[in-house]
Amino acid sequence: MEAMQQEFAIRVRDLVVGFGRQTVLDHLSLDVRRGEILGLVGASGGGKSVLMRTIIGLIPRQGGTIEVMGQPIGGRKEGAATTWGILFQQGALFSSLTVRQNVQFPLRENLVLSQELMDEIAIAKLEMVGLRAQDADKFPSELSGGMTKRVALARALALDPPILFLDEPTSGLDPIAAGDFDALIRTLQKTLALTVFMVTHDLASLTTVCDRVAALADGKIVAIGPMRELLQSEHPWVRAYFHGKRSQMLQHEMR
Amino acid sequence: MNSEPLLLATPSGDVLNLRPEGAWTAANVSALETLSRSVGADVDQSRAVTLDMSGVRALDTLGAWVLEKLSRRAASSGRSAELVGVADRFSGLMDEVRQVNRHTPSPAAAPNPVLLRLGDLGRSTVGAREDIATFLQMLGALSMAVIGVLRRPRSLRLTSLVYQLYRIGWQAIPIVVLITFLIGAIIAQQGFFHFRRFGAESYTVDMVGILVLRELGVLIVAIMVAGRSGSAYTAELGSMKMREEIDALSTMGLDPVHVLILPRVAALVIALPILAFIGSIAALYGGGLVAQFYGDMGPAIYVARLHEAISVTHFEVGILKAPFMALVIGIVACSEGLRVKGSAESLGRQTTTSVVKSIFLVIVLDGLFAIFFASIGM
Repeated sequence: MEAMQQEFAIRVRDLVVGFGRQTVLDHLSLDVRRGEILGLVGASGGGKSVLMRTIIGLIPRQGGTIEVMGQPIGGRKEGAATTWGILFQQGALFSSLTVRQNVQFPLRENLVLSQELMDEIAIAKLEMVGLRAQDADKFPSELSGGMTKRVALARALALDPPILFLDEPTSGLDPIAAGDFDALIRTLQKTLALTVFMVTHDLASLTTVCDRVAALADGKIVAIGPMRELLQSEHPWVRAYFHGKRSQMLQHEMR
Repeated sequence: MNSEPLLLATPSGDVLNLRPEGAWTAANVSALETLSRSVGADVDQSRAVTLDMSGVRALDTLGAWVLEKLSRRAASSGRSAELVGVADRFSGLMDEVRQVNRHTPSPAAAPNPVLLRLGDLGRSTVGAREDIATFLQMLGALSMAVIGVLRRPRSLRLTSLVYQLYRIGWQAIPIVVLITFLIGAIIAQQGFFHFRRFGAESYTVDMVGILVLRELGVLIVAIMVAGRSGSAYTAELGSMKMREEIDALSTMGLDPVHVLILPRVAALVIALPILAFIGSIAALYGGGLVAQFYGDMGPAIYVARLHEAISVTHFEVGILKAPFMALVIGIVACSEGLRVKGSAESLGRQTTTSVVKSIFLVIVLDGLFAIFFASIGM
């Protein structure tokens, strides 16, 4: 059965999404391979988050097909939490639940298991994302930005989904915390054999953790490949993105 | 991928061989729990345990943790546990799981329930004192803002004041009229129904007139305004606090009390007497309609009886209370709004508190006024 596993975790074909008269994604096609970390870059308001939200079914599409793990996506799906985990930009932790209950929420809703095992799994997940067991009884309003993201990641991974969506995982973190978070995603991706789809503006994340980078401009994917290839791309927007003043400075420092 | 999980236990001498097979994943969690429980006793009795993982087809964190828990149980109290045949693709996960749940903090001892109650009582007593302090602080801050406006009348936020008046005054008129109309009608109907037995039907008009003008008109309207506008104030200010808008105002050198709270409270103080007046008239009108259709009393007689029964004093007693009730509602709503902390839950809690507290205070205030007016003979 494992030999039959598809090469691609997500396949998007001719996707069209728009609001009113404005078309945001215009016949966009994108493949995400199994077990890779794909970074998605694009202008602010250019449709990165729209693409992610369309794939996970939060925004209706006007045309095209989306396949996740070989299954076409249509309408609301039962057991979505077992297919993918999503880390929203602001964490989106349930503010009336403690950290522990937040992580247990997908377990409680999808599985039948004893409270003891559920507690142990929740603590295990929290420790895997670098938090301590003492933090488990805090409420989301008592957490710092970095901790919120870690808890949200633990919740996204609660059911060991094969695909992980990250919406700007390092935004709002200091460079040290962002670096730690990148390393954490790398480690978890290796141990849990995850496919990671990451929307980000962080050039450091793109260079250090992403296997491939896709550039979204004018509603289409204009370039896709390893970071090295993207730096050589001739597309004007991609050039402007990676060879602008800010990016040049960063890349120079990195050398 | 979803093959049934199995756990084969074969003892050989002192050593227990455990051989998990199939998919050890979250989807099979109930089976996994049963399996690990079934071998628990054997594990406790054997001196050494070998866990042979070569038969495991699929593994996730949950399955890995169940296996790790078994091996920890086997290794406890000086015995030994060995893990063999771990496939390469699972070794990372098994290593990771070996690190977790090592430092589980001992659960805090359950506190004595009596002490807990006493603690709650003490806390709410101190909390009540704080409530009074907050109320007085807000009153003081508002007075300072009013003095500031009196000194420099141009600093009054006129646009904001007019907008708030529109929202809590003008837009509230339909619902206030509807409800007070119904209440006036109900009181009149009850009056006719019960007074008829004594042949005292005509006194119904006295009751409706005095009750509505002195007490009910203003009280019902104040309660409705507390529910309708007070809660809106708390929610607005609370979400502004959550999104740091109030901090932004302060850092720009602007006083939030002056910019946000004064126009809101002032709008309430202006609008509530007007709404109370409109509401009282609607209630009298409702009573009049019932008099005509239920009590067989024509409009001319109703108005004439009303003329005899009530004086301007009754109206004054009612309407004088309105601005004070408005002040209480405004202060409670705004100070509860400023108390909102980061979470959505806290916003909901403070909004509830605001409405409950302001309705309570409005009724208490009404009682105090009743005593006061009675003692000065009004």
